[in-house]
Amino acid sequence: MLIYEQSHTGRRAAAQAPQEKAELSSIPESLRRLRPAELPEVSEMQAVRHYTRLSQKNFSIDTHFYPLGSCTMKYNPRAGNSLASLPGVLARHPHAPETHSQGFLACLFDLQEILKEVTGMHAVSLTPAAGAQGEFAGVAMIRAYHDARGDEQRTEILVPDAAHGTNPASAVMCGYSVREIPTGSDGDIDVEALKKVLGPQTAGIMLTNPSTVGVFERRIKEIARLVHEAGGLLYYDGANLNAILGKVRPGDMGFDVIHMNLHKTFSTPHGGGGPGAGPVGVSQRLEPYLPIPMVDFDGHDYRWLTEADRPHSIGRLSAFAGNAGVLLRAYVYARMLGRDGMHRVSEFSTLNANYLLKRLMEAGFDAAYPERRASHEFILTLKRQAKELGVNTMDFAKRLLDFGVHAPTTYFPLLVPECLLIEPTETEAKEELDGFIEIMQTIQKEAESEPEQVKQAPHSLPVKRLDDVRAARELDLTCVK
Amino acid sequence: MPFIPHTEDDIREMLAVIGVDSIEDLFDEIPAELRCGELQGIPEGLSEIEINRLMQTRAKEDGQPLCFIGAGAYDHHIPAAVWQLASRGEFYTAYTPYQAEASQGTLQLLYEFQSMMTALTGMDVSNTSLYDGASALAEAILMAARANRKSKSKRILVPRSLHPTYRKVVDAIVRNQKIELVEVPFDAVSGQTDLSALEGHAGEDFAALVIPQPNFFGVLEPVDEMTDWAHANGMLAIAVVNPVALAVLKPPGEWGGKGVVAPDALSPATPPHPCGADICCGEGQPLGAPLASGGPYFGFLCSTQKLVRQMPGRIIGRTLDLDGKTGYTLTLQAREQHIRRSKATSNICTNQGLVVTAATIHMALLGAEGLERIAAACHANTQKLSQALTGLHGVEAVFTGAVFHEKVLRLPIDAKDALKLLAAHNVLGGYDLSQDYPELGNAVLVCATELRNEDDIESYRSKLERVIQAQVQTPCQLKPDW
Repeated sequence: MLIYEQSHTGRRAAAQAPQEKAELSSIPESLRRLRPAELPEVSEMQAVRHYTRLSQKNFSIDTHFYPLGSCTMKYNPRAGNSLASLPGVLARHPHAPETHSQGFLACLFDLQEILKEVTGMHAVSLTPAAGAQGEFAGVAMIRAYHDARGDEQRTEILVPDAAHGTNPASAVMCGYSVREIPTGSDGDIDVEALKKVLGPQTAGIMLTNPSTVGVFERRIKEIARLVHEAGGLLYYDGANLNAILGKVRPGDMGFDVIHMNLHKTFSTPHGGGGPGAGPVGVSQRLEPYLPIPMVDFDGHDYRWLTEADRPHSIGRLSAFAGNAGVLLRAYVYARMLGRDGMHRVSEFSTLNANYLLKRLMEAGFDAAYPERRASHEFILTLKRQAKELGVNTMDFAKRLLDFGVHAPTTYFPLLVPECLLIEPTETEAKEELDGFIEIMQTIQKEAESEPEQVKQAPHSLPVKRLDDVRAARELDLTCVK
Repeated sequence: MPFIPHTEDDIREMLAVIGVDSIEDLFDEIPAELRCGELQGIPEGLSEIEINRLMQTRAKEDGQPLCFIGAGAYDHHIPAAVWQLASRGEFYTAYTPYQAEASQGTLQLLYEFQSMMTALTGMDVSNTSLYDGASALAEAILMAARANRKSKSKRILVPRSLHPTYRKVVDAIVRNQKIELVEVPFDAVSGQTDLSALEGHAGEDFAALVIPQPNFFGVLEPVDEMTDWAHANGMLAIAVVNPVALAVLKPPGEWGGKGVVAPDALSPATPPHPCGADICCGEGQPLGAPLASGGPYFGFLCSTQKLVRQMPGRIIGRTLDLDGKTGYTLTLQAREQHIRRSKATSNICTNQGLVVTAATIHMALLGAEGLERIAAACHANTQKLSQALTGLHGVEAVFTGAVFHEKVLRLPIDAKDALKLLAAHNVLGGYDLSQDYPELGNAVLVCATELRNEDDIESYRSKLERVIQAQVQTPCQLKPDW
């Protein structure tokens, strides 16, 4: 039932608003609202009960195993939330003067330094609000670099066919056209195909490494050399940084610019769709173009770097300094991990993924790249099940929900048919992984003996499969008409 | 090991299954010459006890001064229930509701959010958030440039009275798509957009006009005239609004139509949009997000039904399941980057979901009556503040236009120095306008929300009085020596 359906005219949670209604007489009648907005009228308890019950209809990391590939759904330490919610931290106005911001700025400066070290980049700006905004900032810097050199013939950004959809979309937002590079049968980029399309029109290439097919791009040094020789720059999509933290750094691989997803690698909450944070790091030649504001430290005081300090910056991406509260959560996490904790992240996420892959293969499932070592995630293909049993990836995914497991990422990347992209993360215990393997085996048996049970799934959730076609055709986007 | 549950036995068993001797062997596909050594620049890990001490010390260092700054982020009361509910793990640690059946909580909540935003703005449809108000305006402008097929140019009229940082952010985001922003001056007396200057652009080819309400000076713009003018000249009207102000101000969906719409014309029988803005966006922070150094907040974006397929970001639809039961799902996904890739309406993926969760609960708790009381209290407090401060010798209001909850005041002393001295006495006295609007002289933008009371206002007044006295006597001295 919607909160609107529980509304009663004249009822309200009166304690939260001022007790009296002040005069509005100095606002001209012609600019005033003529009738109240149609918002729910409920008591405080009704609202609390309603939203508590709604929360219970969600799967979440706190309640369920959530191996959603490419999203790094690991445990979000509660210390981050409580320390980013200290009263003074929440009350700080974004325009508070630097004299009243030294503690806050110190956290941001330290985080910049930690991210520089862990990525091997020359400088970092924390301001992008999410991965896609980091991508935008990164490609905009590539563009600013070429423009500053008068190199305006570079109109094209290369992306692998397995890339996240945000990569081509970000390139287009920066005014570039996009050309796709095929992935070879071993999961690495087809370097021969890359050579053919590199040229004076190449502005850069956007890569994820380990790639979205879950394997390390082994010829990355060669790719970097080829792109640089053609005059292009290399962009690192940090979606899979969790897999290599403390083992290998994008800066050492030859990347010129990277974004990090702090809501993935640095364990800030995903919040039902956000907020995230997408800081960008750059090599020396892109440093002048970093988005502002940034934080500087002269050994005594911290201060903001703004337009006056950074005249070549691509500019600002939000009204203030990005998702500050997310940055603080990431900072708390990074400090708690410390030096040794960083490489443990990649070690145990990789251990979990390879263990799960091996056991699932032993149980009869097909890996998309069986000859390759898994990174922190891997792909199963259910092509055989779809063909022989008529039970496809979507059916497996929905049936997993009945067993209390959030489905892995389905049908991405697009080049692997009937795929499940599985990322267990380092925070899951062995028994959780063993449980998942048993569930997958159970579903496989069901698919063989009673396929309808799988094809009709889920059976035990608040709703069954939804009519997406109806949702798009008979648009019902608001109950207020 | 912090956050990692593996025991020595687990590790041994798992390595045996995989068939390798050590975890290190699992990284054998990474070329050896690329491997990094110890990350010396990263400090040793801290326990929860130690990180608590560090963060508490740093938070204490920044103090909690009395805040009279607005300028796009407002210090409102947030009901206790809002973040207690939004911080429940089921909301806090879920992700984008790709698996609808396992995400009905988030999906229904977002549908309720869309409903509340259409109610507040008077628009037909709402998305489920963009990053913040400034980036939402950038997306609104991109959307207008795509949608206005009559316009050949990619030029947008943007009032100088719009938030200066919004203008910078929009430029940074749309510049590379060859969209040009053309500034419209404001009237030096009223602080409103100069309508005669606007009229000078009549008949020219622009894709849209941006209309802030209230504008950056807190002043209320003649939104009906501006909306009608935009439409008469073939432009889309993009509203940039404060959502709390909409509790008392005419919603953008009802702007224009040659002046005031008579109450009876709003009966359900008439079309809901006799005219109205085409796109409406803004900063969602006043709806339940703490100031928190500027984020996370959320940007909202609403539009007419006609433009829904040009919208960026997630949209939730109500539909039926296999049994005919009502449910909620992501819809119109063919606009989005994960389906349409380079042809998507935007690159946005992760949005500001958790803050939207808080905003939805916030609106449900306060209702229209509660929001109206808050809006009215902010309006009244800012009037009181303005009266108190303009009572000081040499302090004057800069504009004559009616305001919502912010006001531009001119000081008899250097604005930057005055704010510095006030801060030293624990009062954040407003936003210094001299950088963005040098033509206004020593002007500051002040705001008193419902959280400031008469004592607070008196505290500001008396401190400003002393600052002015001290500065007039010894203008070079910046030390707060009283």
